[in-house]
Amino acid sequence: MSKRLTCDVVVVGAGVVGAACAFYAARAGLDVVVVDRGPVSGGTTGAGEGNLLVSDKEPGPELDLALLSGRLWAQLAEEIGEFVEYEAKGGLVVASTPGGLTALGRFAEDQRAAGVVAEPVDGDSLYDLEPHLAPGLPGGVYYPQDCQVMPALAAAHLLRVSGARLLTGRTVTDVLLKRDGTVDGVRTSLGDILAPTVINAAGTWGGELAALAGVALPVLPRRGFVLVTEPLPRLVRHKVYAADYVADVASDSAALQTSPVVEGTAAGPVLIGASRERVGFDRTFSLPVVRALAAGATKLFPFLSDVRAMRSYLGFRPYLPDHLPAIGPDPRVPGLVHACGHEGAGIGLATGTGHLIAQLLGGKTPDLDPAPFRPDRFPDFPDEEGA
Amino acid sequence: MTDRPHLAVIGAGPAGLAATVTAAAHGVRVTLLDSAVQAGGQFYRQPAAELHAGRPQALHHQWRTWERLRDALARHVAAGRATYLTDHHVWFVERRLNQQPGTADRGGPRGAFTVHALLGPEQEAPVEVTADAVLLATGGYEKVLPFPGWTLPGVLTAGGAQAMLKGTLAVSGRTAVVAGTGPLLLPVATGLAAAGVEVAALVESADPRAFLRRTRALAAQPGKVAEGAQYAAQLLRHRVKLLTRHTVVEAHGDERLEAVTVAALDTDGRVRPGTERRIACDTLAVGHGMLPHTDLAETLGCRLDGLHVQVDDEQRTDVPGIWAAGETTGIGGAALSLAEGHIAGRSAAARLTGAEPDPRTWATAAKSRTGLREFFAALDTVYAPPARWTDLVTDDTVVCRCEEVTGGAIREAVARLGAGDVRTVKLLTRAAMGWCQGRMCGPAVAGLAGCELTPSRRPFARPVPLGVLAHAGEAEDDEHQ
Repeated sequence: MSKRLTCDVVVVGAGVVGAACAFYAARAGLDVVVVDRGPVSGGTTGAGEGNLLVSDKEPGPELDLALLSGRLWAQLAEEIGEFVEYEAKGGLVVASTPGGLTALGRFAEDQRAAGVVAEPVDGDSLYDLEPHLAPGLPGGVYYPQDCQVMPALAAAHLLRVSGARLLTGRTVTDVLLKRDGTVDGVRTSLGDILAPTVINAAGTWGGELAALAGVALPVLPRRGFVLVTEPLPRLVRHKVYAADYVADVASDSAALQTSPVVEGTAAGPVLIGASRERVGFDRTFSLPVVRALAAGATKLFPFLSDVRAMRSYLGFRPYLPDHLPAIGPDPRVPGLVHACGHEGAGIGLATGTGHLIAQLLGGKTPDLDPAPFRPDRFPDFPDEEGA
Repeated sequence: MTDRPHLAVIGAGPAGLAATVTAAAHGVRVTLLDSAVQAGGQFYRQPAAELHAGRPQALHHQWRTWERLRDALARHVAAGRATYLTDHHVWFVERRLNQQPGTADRGGPRGAFTVHALLGPEQEAPVEVTADAVLLATGGYEKVLPFPGWTLPGVLTAGGAQAMLKGTLAVSGRTAVVAGTGPLLLPVATGLAAAGVEVAALVESADPRAFLRRTRALAAQPGKVAEGAQYAAQLLRHRVKLLTRHTVVEAHGDERLEAVTVAALDTDGRVRPGTERRIACDTLAVGHGMLPHTDLAETLGCRLDGLHVQVDDEQRTDVPGIWAAGETTGIGGAALSLAEGHIAGRSAAARLTGAEPDPRTWATAAKSRTGLREFFAALDTVYAPPARWTDLVTDDTVVCRCEEVTGGAIREAVARLGAGDVRTVKLLTRAAMGWCQGRMCGPAVAGLAGCELTPSRRPFARPVPLGVLAHAGEAEDDEHQ
């Protein structure tokens, strides 16, 4: 009970973002302990599809972070790629109408200016890339930089090779502060862990951890369902989604939105997303949501009608009001560093996040300007939802 | 008949049949859905009609009870009080939340549930049944723990062997070993012997003699004692060697099963070194007890008590409008299922017709239920797999057969990758992600991970074509929007 550990950095959260923070901090020479109330990948990471995407992001700080993260994932893949099912499969965004294709083309043009490789695909070439797509689609855009990993494995193997100490099954009950208000470590259900730096990688529960340190961080859950099919030969080659997905991702609406996202996996099953709704931490299965996912997927790929869904799972994306994560030191509590609120992009953005934080902790100039991700950018008493 | 309140009963085993005939006799229209082509469930499994079995009762006891249920069902169907849908594979029960409760009773509002099923052996065409209330009689399934060689052809589950006997009146092997733990092993061994198979040994890891000391539960069930004595006599007659406190250590064979190694267990559940011996056989029937089917209940939001559905004295779950009876509420055999089914049928009929149920009308069944639950609780304390069964699972033993995940991979996920429960073992190894969705390997994965077996969330009780899912329940939802 009273066993005390001392280290340089405590990372709270053994999901993929916590794992990446631990990895880059440990590689920078810091002594790191990762603590989680559950097992590794027990929260949103374990419920993710493992997308490393640039295609769905408009130019801006999130896209810059995604591009940096993509480069870092590619480096990591040389070390642990086969363990985490890293696959540079590429993304294909499909328009359903000529008008939609024009809009998608403009979106891609802006992305290209920001450094994204985005190749227009006409109606015929579409079927060279994905032969089983529904007939008659006008075209789309191909994004070779979109990749995929198996997210639970990614977190577990990042932690394994990081050299950080992993303490699972320990709930953080308090953030310890010194008299001068700076961080002194965390209190857990199995003893204190002392460290001058605490990284909040608690994902959807990041707001609760911030509250333990006495600061507000308005992280809220945005529920999503994923459908998983029986294992298939590789009939869906890329990550394929409809152009309206981008609008849904950026939307502020609390209402249910679904847009078809279909992709094959290395292990065989096809994963089908993506739904977004703000219903708190409600774990009730919803037939209307899953029905909409199935309808969207079978419209894109008619052959899927005869393919069986084996299971469905849900997760809670951690979102902040402006859809950007909180990354970096919290000026309100010296020693507290946030790395949470990545919404549905946490797997992809994990590497860039961990890397930036390691640079900031080491006093180096970060590769990206972290200002847009400042954790204290929200007013202390945020407006209620929808207000 | 159509203005009668409508109860959907899922499962036509002892519990579902008893519930159906009881409810239909008391003012309720019943739709009974079952995945088999013939009623009876696993317990009253019938020989295929084309076999023209002369005396199917030879493999069953309580044949008279079955005949009464079968005939009563036929009468209710003929009178239009019951609809019996065979070959209907239920994958989901939908609680239609947009149906506002119109009545205060716990029968729930009219048309509150839609039962979604897939039709026929191909399970492709969808069928939807709307009902005012649902009774879950989904039964149980076998628990089998892995050991080296258990995936060899010739190794089957104890229940599988029994189903084969009852359904086809035949088994393929000539020499069999029956092994594992639990009361099911006895009828399997005697059934095989009666069918002309040489049963080389019945290998039971528990010591059922300990059970005889539990006189209270036994004294209350003279019928069960007689049943046990009967099996014991049959074992003797067929010269079946009974090895208690023994376990199968390994199954051998190149292409298929040729022999098993069995060994004695010490009081800690470890194999006693030096006691191993080889028994030649071409069939191994192995089982480690039963687990309740709770997928539909879990997804409906019914409270579970450990691994089974929690019910009150009337067999109601905590979700208004949902009753449960039989093995899904706890493993207890056919007689208990009948009692629970009867009570559930009575309660549902009363509540759906707006009456307050009178427990005196099911007093006999309730008494039987109490005694049998005590009896099976006592059995549970006796029959158990060896405490150290995980020691037998070598690193190269396949644990999850669907995804071919070995014991070693599971141990590595726990020891080196930070998995702490069945869910993370599954995510990190793919164990339990395959076709059976962990029904087979779930207990083994939990044991190897060193955690309690907890009910898995399986929103789809069976795989469903995406084309069916894309339209499931669409029509009703549109009506109410």
